[in-house]
Amino acid sequence: MNTVAGRGAASASPAIMSPGTSGVRLKVEQASYAYAATDRSAPKFTLGPTSFEAQQREIVAILGPNASGKSTLLTLLAGMARPLSGRIEVDGVEVSMLDTRTRAQRIALVQQESELLFPLRVWEYVLQGRYPYGKRLRFESEEDCLLAGNALAQVGADALRDRWMDQLSGGEKQRVILARALAQQPSLLLLDEPTQHLDIGGKVELLRRLRRLADENRYTVLVVTHELNLAAEFCDRIVLLHKGKCLRVGTPAEVYDRALLEEVFEAPLEVEMRANGRPRVILGGNH
Amino acid sequence: MRPLTPRRVAWICAALGVVLFVATVISLRMGAYPISITDIVKTLFSGAIGRWNDIPGEYRSIVFTIRLPRILLGILVGASLSTAGSGFQALLRNPLADPYVLGVSSGAALGAIISLIVAPHTPGAIQLAAFAGAAATTAAVYFLGRRGGQLDSGTLLLAGIVAASFLSAIIMFLMTTLSGRDLRGMAFWLMGDLGSTLPSNPLPWFEGLFLVFVLAAGAIYATSSDLNLILTGEQEARHLGVNVHRVKLVVYIAASVLTGLAVSVSGTIGYVGLLVPHLMRMMFGTDYRLLIPTSAIGGAILVVLADTLARTIVSPTELPVGAMTALAGAPVFIYLMRRRVR
Repeated sequence: MNTVAGRGAASASPAIMSPGTSGVRLKVEQASYAYAATDRSAPKFTLGPTSFEAQQREIVAILGPNASGKSTLLTLLAGMARPLSGRIEVDGVEVSMLDTRTRAQRIALVQQESELLFPLRVWEYVLQGRYPYGKRLRFESEEDCLLAGNALAQVGADALRDRWMDQLSGGEKQRVILARALAQQPSLLLLDEPTQHLDIGGKVELLRRLRRLADENRYTVLVVTHELNLAAEFCDRIVLLHKGKCLRVGTPAEVYDRALLEEVFEAPLEVEMRANGRPRVILGGNH
Repeated sequence: MRPLTPRRVAWICAALGVVLFVATVISLRMGAYPISITDIVKTLFSGAIGRWNDIPGEYRSIVFTIRLPRILLGILVGASLSTAGSGFQALLRNPLADPYVLGVSSGAALGAIISLIVAPHTPGAIQLAAFAGAAATTAAVYFLGRRGGQLDSGTLLLAGIVAASFLSAIIMFLMTTLSGRDLRGMAFWLMGDLGSTLPSNPLPWFEGLFLVFVLAAGAIYATSSDLNLILTGEQEARHLGVNVHRVKLVVYIAASVLTGLAVSVSGTIGYVGLLVPHLMRMMFGTDYRLLIPTSAIGGAILVVLADTLARTIVSPTELPVGAMTALAGAPVFIYLMRRRVR
């Protein structure tokens, strides 16, 4: 278990914070950030120094209540903003130093789909994932089509390829968005609340799929989520944020401490340890 | 999965080019002096290979001096407006955007009316003043439409609408100072008119306009794969490696240049820049690598046909071509809009 807040990376546990360990895909070292309305005004939100690492084939969950800094951390990981201090490396290269196309070849971000202005077929949408590899007007090659087809097959959406995007169900759309990210052939896959509009069956299916993708494709997957139990079941690491501070980094069993979770989520909770060594959170009795 | 290929783009554009040629021949045929289609094709062919002596004198005059320059102007204006319209629709992420939505046409109209007051009857003054007005408005709306140092689609749209209404108010005020003949000329200009701007020797003039068109339309076309991604969301486009800020700046400037070019030589011809990109989307899909060239050719076809009707339907009186495009465009657009809602 590693309590990062106020101590930083230097105090991290060797198991997850050992630079140079083979298979380390993502390394976040004391990364911090602050939002301000203007350059001169005081920060409206600050993400304190945050440190953790993630290996190949690992799924890491970023947990925390609303306004805890999850989306800010994801923005930094995606390279869309530069940390005020510290550094974030993917495969040994600092993310903010990558040009936009190289970054898109290494990091794919899955967000909720924006409303499409004009109708688009599923295969057209997934082929967009090949954009970072194109040249000039980026007419797609046969290889691009093959990879897009493979990405659709990997998420079990092969049959959807000729459907219109706006005619898909929430679960189908989520799979197609994921397929576009896979078509980018990234090494780091970031997902921003991917289970938000899914029913429980869809949530479990998505997490199982991510588990399989991480194992088979050697992806490192980071998921921002509110789903404590799904994160405990499917994720290897948890990064727990609260009010812009990284409170703890570790395995679910290490992070899921009843008192800590109650303090962070401001709700009476109980934590049970299951036979498989993974915790389960249930609502406490005094609510 | 049938991705777009350069060959498919070329074939579709070639097919539309044939339609444009047919529209050109029809337009050349129509007018007070009747010429058969066969004679028109022969005249064009002889002109194209430089055998001018094979062409009867009256045909040479009617085809190459009177009708063809006007048709070429229509082609240039239609292609410019449609290309600008498709660019603005992506830039503003708004299907209702057209080349005039950001006030460029109002700036051009203000320039034109000021030139009518300050330097009436000076050849080329209206066109130059209109282009200057369009450029000044483009710059002003650019600075008003920025947010956090970058072009913001919503802010840009609001800035454009406000600029357009402000400039329109000044135009209305200045129009009250015009004399009867100038007032009619200005009203025609505001409706869009291809008949009154051609200089006596239009060739060098066309060369200049064509060069500007190729540069500006080429700049937009070069961003077409980026625009495809921006249409699915600016944030997503950034994540996929698009330099959204640069693309928006290029499209804004190039589309404004095309609009300024079209408006300064023909006034404000409505609906072309709004309608044609939507029609082409319905026919060929939403990919901008195909949409931009097909819109350009489609816009040219529409303006050539509309101008043919405008100058022949109540001959010898001519209607402004903008009135024809609006008459045809409004019902078609309402149909498209209702189809979209369903």
